[in-house]
Amino acid sequence: MPSPPRLLFFLAGMAGLTALPFIAEWLGVPAATTLATSMLIYGIAAASLNLALGHGGLVSFGHAAFLGLGGYVVGILYHHFVSEAPVFGWFAGTNQLVVTVPAAMLVCGLAAACIGALSLRTSGVQFIMITLAFAQMLFFLFVSLKAYGGDDGLIVRRRNVLPGLDTRDDTTFYFVCLVIAAGCWWLMQRFTRSRFGVVLAGVRQSERRMAALGFTPYAYKLVAFIVSGMGTGLAGALLANHLRFVSPDMLHWTKSGELMVMVVLGGVGTLWGPWLGAAALVALETVFAAWSENWQIFLGLVLLAVVLLTRGGLDRLLRLMSGRRAS
Amino acid sequence: MVSPPPLRGTSLAKLGRNGGNRGTLVLEQLLNGVQLGVMLFLLAAGLTLVFGIMGVINLAHGSLYMIGAYAGAVVAAKTGSFLVAFPTALLAAAAVGMLMETVVIRRLYARDHLDQVLATFALILIFNELITITVGRQPLFVSVPPVLNGSVELLPGLKYPAYRLAIIAVGLLIAVGLYGLIQHTRVGMLVRAGATHRDMVRALGVDVRLLCTLVFGLGALLAGLAGVMAGPILAVQVGMGEQILIMTFVVVVIGGVGSIRGAFFGALIVGIVDTLLRAFLPSLLRQVMQGSEADALGAGLASMGVYLLMAVVLLVRPRGLFAVHA
Repeated sequence: MPSPPRLLFFLAGMAGLTALPFIAEWLGVPAATTLATSMLIYGIAAASLNLALGHGGLVSFGHAAFLGLGGYVVGILYHHFVSEAPVFGWFAGTNQLVVTVPAAMLVCGLAAACIGALSLRTSGVQFIMITLAFAQMLFFLFVSLKAYGGDDGLIVRRRNVLPGLDTRDDTTFYFVCLVIAAGCWWLMQRFTRSRFGVVLAGVRQSERRMAALGFTPYAYKLVAFIVSGMGTGLAGALLANHLRFVSPDMLHWTKSGELMVMVVLGGVGTLWGPWLGAAALVALETVFAAWSENWQIFLGLVLLAVVLLTRGGLDRLLRLMSGRRAS
Repeated sequence: MVSPPPLRGTSLAKLGRNGGNRGTLVLEQLLNGVQLGVMLFLLAAGLTLVFGIMGVINLAHGSLYMIGAYAGAVVAAKTGSFLVAFPTALLAAAAVGMLMETVVIRRLYARDHLDQVLATFALILIFNELITITVGRQPLFVSVPPVLNGSVELLPGLKYPAYRLAIIAVGLLIAVGLYGLIQHTRVGMLVRAGATHRDMVRALGVDVRLLCTLVFGLGALLAGLAGVMAGPILAVQVGMGEQILIMTFVVVVIGGVGSIRGAFFGALIVGIVDTLLRAFLPSLLRQVMQGSEADALGAGLASMGVYLLMAVVLLVRPRGLFAVHA
């Protein structure tokens, strides 16, 4: 079980997040619920990336590939559900969330296995670039797939359905995302203290030493990469439902950059960091975009300041403020 | 969210393409490939030197290319003279580059790749918006300088635009010049030494900081050169830097990080492969499928081509074709 303060934080956070849609309604800003849904979904993506980036030390510059792939699984299944033509002439499309989300995770897991198995033969800057290369390949593949909208993407006219719930209602969908996000958080915190997590941390610190201890670093890194890809795919599937739209933009390399920004902004390799980072980035983008047409310049300046001036991101900042020793 | 550049692939395709000419099409496309190749080389040379010596991944290298292109386009529009615009663009890019090095990049030498990627990603956002604020979102078009506004008959039946030939000539001249500079001068010796034994060079009393600023300035100058030369071929617009940047990274990684020779051959390979795929893949596909679908799929597969090439090279030779570091 999590340590008492961690559990306390978690429960307090959950209570706040559960109350959020009602407070938003009461304050007359229902848009806050939609915004919070975005934050949760990007939080899942960032936490997943953090698994590879922070815990495994695998600087992947291609995680948008999994985000987009997850989204496209939802989009393509829905497309076939509406047109009633079987996917690849083989199986029927669907709009059931309990089918599309696992399907997206499965596809992303397979993709991550292929990309990871090849990419992990390199390291350092070459690893960054080869993951980028694979993401670009997928990006151009989806741009060229005219059958699935090409450049324009696919519209998911109605959100995937869940038995007994009205997912078309933004508040309901928010709670669906909240439950999934909480599950991801719980798995993450279990993961960091599991045997696998400890070995992975060892591999990050000294691959040679772990090899000498009898572990095969490659296998651990590959599994971390696959799980990371699956988590990002899950986020992609939710994002496609949230926005009711998928397009190659979800696979664009700037999206990979954004996911990395979230992780670093929050704190690399920390439990809370990616969630804080995702929330902060989504909030910053919303605030700046409302404020000025040229909002990206502010985002750039904030980002530059964070990278150059702080080490450890928001997570460390909060720890320092709460007077606890940074771990 | 960060908006992706409006055009993807298309304007890069323009960099290395012009109208058809039946019999000599392949030769013409090869020349187009070489022309795209030398452009990529100008960018890759700077990028690979910066990475080789300082160990910094500079995503904002494409921004220097964009600044060169914009400075050239704006000055050419104001003065009407390419001769004035050309050196202004080079100076602007070099100046911004050296400023960037002293203010931001210098602090990143000791950081890990992740911090470098993010800080330079932030620089891209800042530069793109600065250009939008000062010049606007409308793409600028630059006319070809009148002297080069014709075509040259290279072989009977093979006419090729003089401006593109001039780009190839300038690119090759720069390649030879860089080779001379790196291999046969004292500064070049320090650069080579810095790429392989940085700490030793520092220990011998060389001002590595100054060397870094100079090398960064040189890289920025070359990026600006590529930018100002690209002006008349394609629309000068925000986002043009990122498109070519990713291709440049492919070049650097294929050639071997830190190697000028690798950058040169990598750039030619990538330029030619990309151009030929774009030129001929759609028509090949059209023989097995419908016209419009073949064009779309062909364009997509052609865009994937160089990334596939890079993945294969990295898998066979993880450090690139002409790796410097042992």
